[in-house]
Amino acid sequence: MSEMEMREVFGKMLVDLGRENPDIFVLDGDLNTSTRTDLFLAEFPKRFVQCGIAEQNMMGIAAGMAAAGIIPFPTTFAVFATKRACDQVSISIAYPKLNVKIPGCYPGLPTGKAGATHQSIEDLAIMRAMPNFLVVDPGDNEELRQVMRAAVAWDGPVYFRVTRPAVPDITPLGYKFEWGKAVNLRPGTDVTLIGTGFMTYYCLLAADMLEKEGIKARVDHHPCLKPLDRDAIAKSAKETGCIVTAENHSIIGGLGSAVAEALVETAPVPMERIGVHDKFVECGEVPDLFVKYQVRPEDIVDAARRVIARKKGKV
Amino acid sequence: MRNPSNETLCMLEEKAYQIRRLALEMITYGQVGHPGGSLSEAEVLACLYFSELNVDPQNSKWPDRDRFVMSKAHGCPGQYASLAMRGFFPLEEIYTYGAIDSRLQSHPDMRKTPGVEMSGGALGQGLSTAVGMAIGLRHFKKWNSRVYCLIGDGETNSGQIWEAAMAAAQYKLDNLIAITDYNKVQAKGFVHDLMGIEPVADKWRAFGWEVEEVDGHDVKELLEALHRARHIHVRGKPSMIIAHTVKGKGVSWMEFNYRWHTHAPLPAEADKALREISCHYCRPEEGYSRFGTDDEILKPRSEGIITDKPA
Repeated sequence: MSEMEMREVFGKMLVDLGRENPDIFVLDGDLNTSTRTDLFLAEFPKRFVQCGIAEQNMMGIAAGMAAAGIIPFPTTFAVFATKRACDQVSISIAYPKLNVKIPGCYPGLPTGKAGATHQSIEDLAIMRAMPNFLVVDPGDNEELRQVMRAAVAWDGPVYFRVTRPAVPDITPLGYKFEWGKAVNLRPGTDVTLIGTGFMTYYCLLAADMLEKEGIKARVDHHPCLKPLDRDAIAKSAKETGCIVTAENHSIIGGLGSAVAEALVETAPVPMERIGVHDKFVECGEVPDLFVKYQVRPEDIVDAARRVIARKKGKV
Repeated sequence: MRNPSNETLCMLEEKAYQIRRLALEMITYGQVGHPGGSLSEAEVLACLYFSELNVDPQNSKWPDRDRFVMSKAHGCPGQYASLAMRGFFPLEEIYTYGAIDSRLQSHPDMRKTPGVEMSGGALGQGLSTAVGMAIGLRHFKKWNSRVYCLIGDGETNSGQIWEAAMAAAQYKLDNLIAITDYNKVQAKGFVHDLMGIEPVADKWRAFGWEVEEVDGHDVKELLEALHRARHIHVRGKPSMIIAHTVKGKGVSWMEFNYRWHTHAPLPAEADKALREISCHYCRPEEGYSRFGTDDEILKPRSEGIITDKPA
């Protein structure tokens, strides 16, 4: 388990990238000590643009900067980036394919106690549906760093999530992130557990639990929701016969939906989705939220048992 | 421009006349567009494209160029007419406006049209992008380049306009010059009946902008205000020129009439309108160029459309 919170890794990587590229700017909506863009502010105050509590304007400013040749990172919470400023992200950034990199911070459940208005369970659904955007939920710190570097190298709009707390390392030594490519983290034959973001770690924990019952679960990590690795999904479906998806997001519109779309068109198999069941979340201790909203490894295990039973025709 | 010559003023009036004609031609042929707002902005666009803006039609990405953002994006027929007249693309291309595969979309598309700096259409967004461009120009040390942005009076209802206004003042963007096409009429009625913006000049001043009000159909007043905005105004403040205009200017039955906000005239109506405009400018009477021909309006193409490959 990494000690450093993912948001701090994000903040430090922004500084590293800023040192390498003098045209990288960071924009903030009065959240910099939360999102850790304060680290960039301290190092490059002339390239930090405070926009105040006005995210729609912030996204528009980022679009104009990108048109002028800057590489902007307009940074705010995922809820504000994708809901408050949805039209601006769509029309000013996605439609003209401007070179803007949007970090969606504090996605989903581990968002502290700020409650439903700050816990983004729809951002992946919204961003997946926007043409011209690449959409990524990095699984650990190393992957986040690589995603950010890849985002700067990519000429076009990118949306990536930045979780608030520290998350365990899941990517193997020597891992190289590639757009649209999944990575298999554990072999298996009975079921495939597909995770995105830190939920892949929970898939690995679930696979350990299933092993004790004699069930061999394959674990695939899909950081990219767009472009999606449809070939990897089809392959896993054919080789294991059933799928469980797990995401720090609603079960509507995110990873589960993306995988279901691919499966139905390539290799339909029984499938279950782990995520928030179309509800707004709430304040609470983070572990309690995972219990109440059924997004724990235990819930993945239950889903795996159900989907294997369906595969075997026992339901 | 300071003290413009009579020759310059006549030239710009001629350009405004041509912009009105071409805008109505393309709206009528394409059967889409916003005639009222395209007519009200003609002098503003003439002064920008034929006097003020440092742009190069042969090199639309010239790094030192001035930028112009049509935040009032539905007014793009006027912009397209200006760009064509300046040579960014062939004049005949205006008759592709509204057609499939066209480089001229019904709201500006920066990826399709040479000379268009920012895509638009959802009102209230362009001024923010102009703020971003102004910051960008400073970063790249383009001290002589300016960003111009045309906004609408209905658009001034939008909260994001005021967010951008605050940011421009906060960042002391004196390389940003905005113009309001204050034609008093929005989509469904008079601005003051729907969502009044008065006292709008005071509002911009309160937000920290240097504000002037001019007759938006007087090219001399416009040029002098633009000159002051570029060269004279207080350092450290963005500029707003409120151009008092008439929606549908030049066509008596379109003037002040919200029904012509977004309604393409039929060929016979366009013919009448264009004849009236030529009289208004004391030019030989000239109607809609395709009136009475087999090619009066755009028709669906029956073949030759390339479809996207499935993802």
